[in-house]
Amino acid sequence: MFAGLNDRAWLWTAAGFYLAGFVLGTYSILRGGRPSGAAMYVLIAVGYVLQLVGLGLRGRAVGGCPLGNNLEIYQFTAWSAITLYLVIGVTFRTSLLGYFTACLAATLTLVSLAIPAWDPALRLHIFGGNPWIELHAALAVFSYGVFGLLALTSIMFLARNHSLKSKHLGGWVSFLPSIIDLDHIGVRLLIMGVAILATSLAVASAYWLRDTASANSLKIFCTVAVWTAYAITLGLRLGGRLLARRFALTCLLIFPLALLSLEVVNSRRPLAAPHAPLSGAPQP
Amino acid sequence: MNTAGFFVIGATHHRAPLEVREKLSLAVEAAEALRGELAGIAGLHEFTMLSTCNRIEFYGVASHPETAARVSATFCARQNFDPDVFDTIRLSLSGRDAVQHLLEVAAGLDSQMIGETEIFGQVKDAYATAQARRSTGPVLNRLFQKGFQAAKHVRSTTAITTGQVSVANVAVDLALTIFGELAEARILLIGAGDIGEKTAKAFQSRGAAALTVASRRFERAMELATALSGSAMPFEQTNARLSEFDVVVCATSAPEAVVSLAAAASAIRKRPARPLFFIDLALPRDVEPTVAQLDNVFLYNLDDLATIAEENRAARVTELVKARAIVAEKADLLWKQVEAQVLALAPAPTADPGPALPHPTHQRAD
Repeated sequence: MFAGLNDRAWLWTAAGFYLAGFVLGTYSILRGGRPSGAAMYVLIAVGYVLQLVGLGLRGRAVGGCPLGNNLEIYQFTAWSAITLYLVIGVTFRTSLLGYFTACLAATLTLVSLAIPAWDPALRLHIFGGNPWIELHAALAVFSYGVFGLLALTSIMFLARNHSLKSKHLGGWVSFLPSIIDLDHIGVRLLIMGVAILATSLAVASAYWLRDTASANSLKIFCTVAVWTAYAITLGLRLGGRLLARRFALTCLLIFPLALLSLEVVNSRRPLAAPHAPLSGAPQP
Repeated sequence: MNTAGFFVIGATHHRAPLEVREKLSLAVEAAEALRGELAGIAGLHEFTMLSTCNRIEFYGVASHPETAARVSATFCARQNFDPDVFDTIRLSLSGRDAVQHLLEVAAGLDSQMIGETEIFGQVKDAYATAQARRSTGPVLNRLFQKGFQAAKHVRSTTAITTGQVSVANVAVDLALTIFGELAEARILLIGAGDIGEKTAKAFQSRGAAALTVASRRFERAMELATALSGSAMPFEQTNARLSEFDVVVCATSAPEAVVSLAAAASAIRKRPARPLFFIDLALPRDVEPTVAQLDNVFLYNLDDLATIAEENRAARVTELVKARAIVAEKADLLWKQVEAQVLALAPAPTADPGPALPHPTHQRAD
């Protein structure tokens, strides 16, 4: 039944499950109840598996990690965030994190699928067959997934903090985790994201130092700038200088900038021989 | 009207004021003796007695219409209570309505504080005691066990138990919202009066272990700290040591603020990563209102807490309609399950039923 599905069909189906999670959560909240953690987890987990199949098919078609265009990057970012949620959701039992993650994943995956220009049928070689650069790219995009989840927990923190300060404690905000829990999760995610992106940069720098001609200065600048911004935020947080609301606000504001930097990075790919047209990709 | 079958008879907070309930309340020995007397009533096949500070109720399965009235008379005689007065406040229901009442009681819908969960344990205890005394049978066993399931269902599918309705518990809920759990939280109680003590006890009942009491009268602080298994601190050290605490409960009778903005700001600077929660229960206020503007500091005064408690109470009342609809549905199903068994116990109707005994069936007190 599913054998004939192409990669985009799998990705659409996965996006449908994320959307279902978001709709279910919204419906529960509008009815004044708490979204069912188990139902949310199952919907997201099914979407995750379907997305993994879709990305796997795409990876097989392109002969590497599918990070060759905006669709793939956004899909991989959503998949990374979901990977972490599936781990964190079990470990911390963080209320409403599933709902917010479903919202983020549904947005990233649906938007990336809905814009045909983000997934051209004719695509370029992306890593020139170099596994180190492929590892660098995969780690970098994975770290963006971590930062995406950090942005979500920051939104949750800010909502919780605002409700406590303004003394309006009812509604969906009452289902959020405690201030302390959200803060701890935020710090851990930031440490994880900074470490993964640092590893990614270290891997890439080892390659660029040997082949300086292939290094693109704007791309390097953007990636290092994102890492620096998060690293400074982490340093200030651990040093007790950027805390609570301002810490959450900073983490939230950096994320859209990081996403914008992806556009710059993606537009600066080295040109190479084109692949054959992808079966599932929309024709130009 | 026939009260043979399943019935409930008793008195509750709805119609019996406190001074009457005091006279109706049963000591342990009296309850035990009454059980023995009730067991001797002919035609009373099964019974359970529920005695709390807000209600005394007898649930029974009988084969004769007058049995409920005999239970009532036996109880009044033991309590030396005027049966005529008891008739005026009496709750008396039978059949499906009695089933619904049982379910509403177990779910906390009939409680003075709607949605409270303590009653669930009290009903369970009453049933367990009746079981141990072998005064339950197939009907009560089914009704109570299914009733417990229904009560849990109501609590899990409605917001009837959501939100605390007492100021002290609202304060504890807020602390949980900030700190997640209270086992590691350090609580400072400034002022050793009744309100502060109640709040401190509410914190302890929800897991808070580290409690320190500060009062202008150090001996009173020591006394309360000992009673609450906490420690005492000289009042003069309060501001200097604020940073050591996560939750500060202020309940003094001081005419001016005890915690200044400068003191709170200094405290949060020493512990920037951990929030500081002030609960100001004093009038005049103990904490300067500007303290609320500090980042990572939360300040709630008596009015704030009372408003939240009132909102929670109103929300529970709103939820009551939904909860009662669920209970009604469950009561219908449950009654259908036991109806045949119950009716089988009733005597066959005769041409001359004889003089009717007082049994205000289907009278709801509320």
